[in-house]
Amino acid sequence: MSAHYPALLVIIPLLASFFISAAGWLRPPWCFPLALTAMGGSLLVSIGLLADVIRGIPDLYWFGGWAPPWGIYYRVDHLNALVLVVISGVGFVNLWAARPTVDRELPEKAGAFYTLYVLFVTGLLGMVVTGDAFNLYVLLEIAAITGYALIALGKGRAPLASLNYIFMGTIGACFYLLGVGYLYIVTGSLNMQDIARLLAPLHGSRVVTVAFVIMMVGVWLKMGFFPLHAWLPNAYTYAPSPVSSLVAPLMTKVMVYVMIRMVMTVFTVDYAFGVLVLNEAVVWLAVIAIVAGSLMALAEKDFKRMLTFIVVAEVGYMVGGFWLGNRSGFTGSVLHIVNDALMTLCLFLAAGSIIHARGESRIQSLQGLFSTMPWTMGALVVGAMSIIGVPPTCGFFSKWYLLLGAVEGGHYGFLAALLFSSLVNVVLFFRIFEIGYFEPMEASHGGASHGHAHGHEAPAMSEAPLGMLVPLWMTALGLIAVGFYTGEIVGRVIRHAIPATMF
Amino acid sequence: MKILGLIIVVLVGAVLEYATIDFPPLGDPASPASTHVSPRYIEKSIEETAVPNVVTSVLADYRGFDTMFETTVIFSAGVACFLLLRVPPSRRPQRASERQYRHRLTGLTFRIKGGAEVSLPLHEFERVDSIWTPYDFIIEKVCRYLIPFIQLFGLYVIAHGHHSPGGGFQGGVILGASIILLSVSHNLRIALKRMGERTSALFSPVGVFIYAGTGALCLILGYNFLDYQALAALLPGGPIMARSHGIFIVEVGVGMAVMGTMVWIFKNLASLGRYDEGL
Amino acid sequence: MEDILRQIIEKDNYWIYITLMMVGLYAIIAKNNLVKKIVGMNIFQTAVILFYVSIGVKKGATIPIIEHVHDTAHTAIHAVDYINPLPHVLMLTAIVVSVATLGVALAIAITVYRRYQTLEEDEILKQIREP
Repeated sequence: MSAHYPALLVIIPLLASFFISAAGWLRPPWCFPLALTAMGGSLLVSIGLLADVIRGIPDLYWFGGWAPPWGIYYRVDHLNALVLVVISGVGFVNLWAARPTVDRELPEKAGAFYTLYVLFVTGLLGMVVTGDAFNLYVLLEIAAITGYALIALGKGRAPLASLNYIFMGTIGACFYLLGVGYLYIVTGSLNMQDIARLLAPLHGSRVVTVAFVIMMVGVWLKMGFFPLHAWLPNAYTYAPSPVSSLVAPLMTKVMVYVMIRMVMTVFTVDYAFGVLVLNEAVVWLAVIAIVAGSLMALAEKDFKRMLTFIVVAEVGYMVGGFWLGNRSGFTGSVLHIVNDALMTLCLFLAAGSIIHARGESRIQSLQGLFSTMPWTMGALVVGAMSIIGVPPTCGFFSKWYLLLGAVEGGHYGFLAALLFSSLVNVVLFFRIFEIGYFEPMEASHGGASHGHAHGHEAPAMSEAPLGMLVPLWMTALGLIAVGFYTGEIVGRVIRHAIPATMF
Repeated sequence: MKILGLIIVVLVGAVLEYATIDFPPLGDPASPASTHVSPRYIEKSIEETAVPNVVTSVLADYRGFDTMFETTVIFSAGVACFLLLRVPPSRRPQRASERQYRHRLTGLTFRIKGGAEVSLPLHEFERVDSIWTPYDFIIEKVCRYLIPFIQLFGLYVIAHGHHSPGGGFQGGVILGASIILLSVSHNLRIALKRMGERTSALFSPVGVFIYAGTGALCLILGYNFLDYQALAALLPGGPIMARSHGIFIVEVGVGMAVMGTMVWIFKNLASLGRYDEGL
Repeated sequence: MEDILRQIIEKDNYWIYITLMMVGLYAIIAKNNLVKKIVGMNIFQTAVILFYVSIGVKKGATIPIIEHVHDTAHTAIHAVDYINPLPHVLMLTAIVVSVATLGVALAIAITVYRRYQTLEEDEILKQIREP
């Protein structure tokens, strides 16, 4: 059975999604348990794959029994396996936290919601594990379409934000498809390793250059790399809480993985850093992204929107770290994929439980939260420590590797940007702690804000339900645990993923 | 915004066009795209899969995994439209705020406002949509006679995907179009009576399940996922004919999924989720 | 220069499809009405599909459906006689994806209309800024 793990990883949630959809019509109470089994199943399979890879057995799977390049194949190596565990873990944990909100707001359509949820995670898992460039496009579109629909469920501006996301996301995906088409014209193959082999004599060709540029622009559009990030703040803020805590940690990180995979496996590191000397330019773009993201986060008055700008800055960390071109930078970037997914999940879950209890997330209205919602704010403190970069949380270690990479590569601009954004994060989060801890809740607050009578609501405001607190604390503890295990992760997994020619 | 758009568009177009200098000439049989992977598909298709239509054999067998996800894309689009638009029956007012009835014999139309309850003898009156187009006898009768033949043609296209251009997607769209034609030429309520909401909503997942289930069956029987030669144990004819049969089964699944989703999306979009009045 | 110009004009199909793509891209960026933007998105995707299909063309070749001859052992099948089927297969997938995206985009546009009673982007933004 373990030989079939790469296939089972994607098949289990796919088959489950059909059953969930049918159950939505025939037996509604079965929807949630089926979704949970699907997510749990793929989590177990991805842990099994990681164990296989650590033991040194790379997993290759030929679909339909056809050898590549005539058939599609899945290839699990060190880089893949780590990201797979992260994706299925986030999907599983978030499902528990999604249940209270779904039961309250969408009771009749819960079946459809869970179907799209499971299909979103399936698309992401498939994107990470595939070894075929066109298969990646199809799975990208599954994740994208389900994401668009889930985001448009929110109140207020959500449909317009989702429509803008559709436009920019489709442009990004079509640019990626054009890039694959250009590569197909000159090589005749769609398999990633095959293309790499055939591209080796063609490095000076104009087609390869343009294909590279177009694919990078497409992937950057989808990951929200400044200045192509315009869709991200609105889409993630106005989405309903269980959706934003699913999409925000995962979508951008998986697109960073796609960028790393394209550069490492298809175009090879020698080409990207040696022939096309683009890395300086991209690192400077990343510096601008980090600074701009941090500054815009400072200007925000809404907690959730502030978090989305922090996500934009974090994308800058990962892209800049990879394009530094040295081992520490690569390690930092891949470690940051894992860490940032967990940190973003923790913070968005906390925002979700605040919204569940209070109905809104403006920073000014977070007064006195430490006394009424101690568990939520405790987890928020852990998440904030991780984003700032305080040991022993995991955020410290990935920042450490990125700083090391910046010093080794001599990119002092990147170093300065990293330190600047850490400072900004300190200011942002301590502002929230101050408002939440030191300012007591005022009874007559809200004269100017649409008639919110906080004084009347004071006895009714309580801690978020247990269904949301347990996943939140699991994630917060996970942040500390991953911090302790960093040595293991770097030594056993990431070190083997670094391409041999990187200095 | 328009000037910015023009600048971006000209830049991107120039970059894309710049690369075409190095493309192989159009129609060159010796270009890499035509000589690397495709010759095996063309030359070995009949030998390995017993299907003369090379596009079908590549779509459903060599790259069948892609097609399964493509069917999942269309299924998720159907679920997405349902999730976004459907107004649940419990949240809708019992009757639409304005309804129109037409007297069959005289052609007079009555408009009933405010959701009032009126009982009209149904054999004399029929319900008409608010976006009322004049009653057209020719369109209604002609479409009524044509639709069964359209559906028969759709089934033919699915079944003959092996030997002529066609296959699951094409046939499924034709089948879905026949129900949409019924809705457009008569009205939505008659199309709903023929193919209800639950039916079209269940056709989609069942269709994709047939596809993924066939693949899982091959997995259970010991071969790789979607390796149809595993079906030789269940179907007569040997491993090569088993591939041909496997391709046919998955095409049927694809056709069902596409038909169900097309009809479902149309119903949700045209009636704005209310399933009451529509195109 | 003359050489480069001749090379571009020889491959005029790519030139036309890239122009079509840019028309669609311009519509997404510059138009005000949401439905026009959706149409532009569809034009862009369709142009990419046409681009791919034109990759598979071969001079003097026929469609990739092999003639039904009873004793195929005697007639060898030459790949040169049939056009490349792989781009067609890939583009079947892309067409389905573009239809699915179109469906979801239209459903979201209906939701926008329900909320704001208009589909012009500047009016919607005005309504959002002054509720």
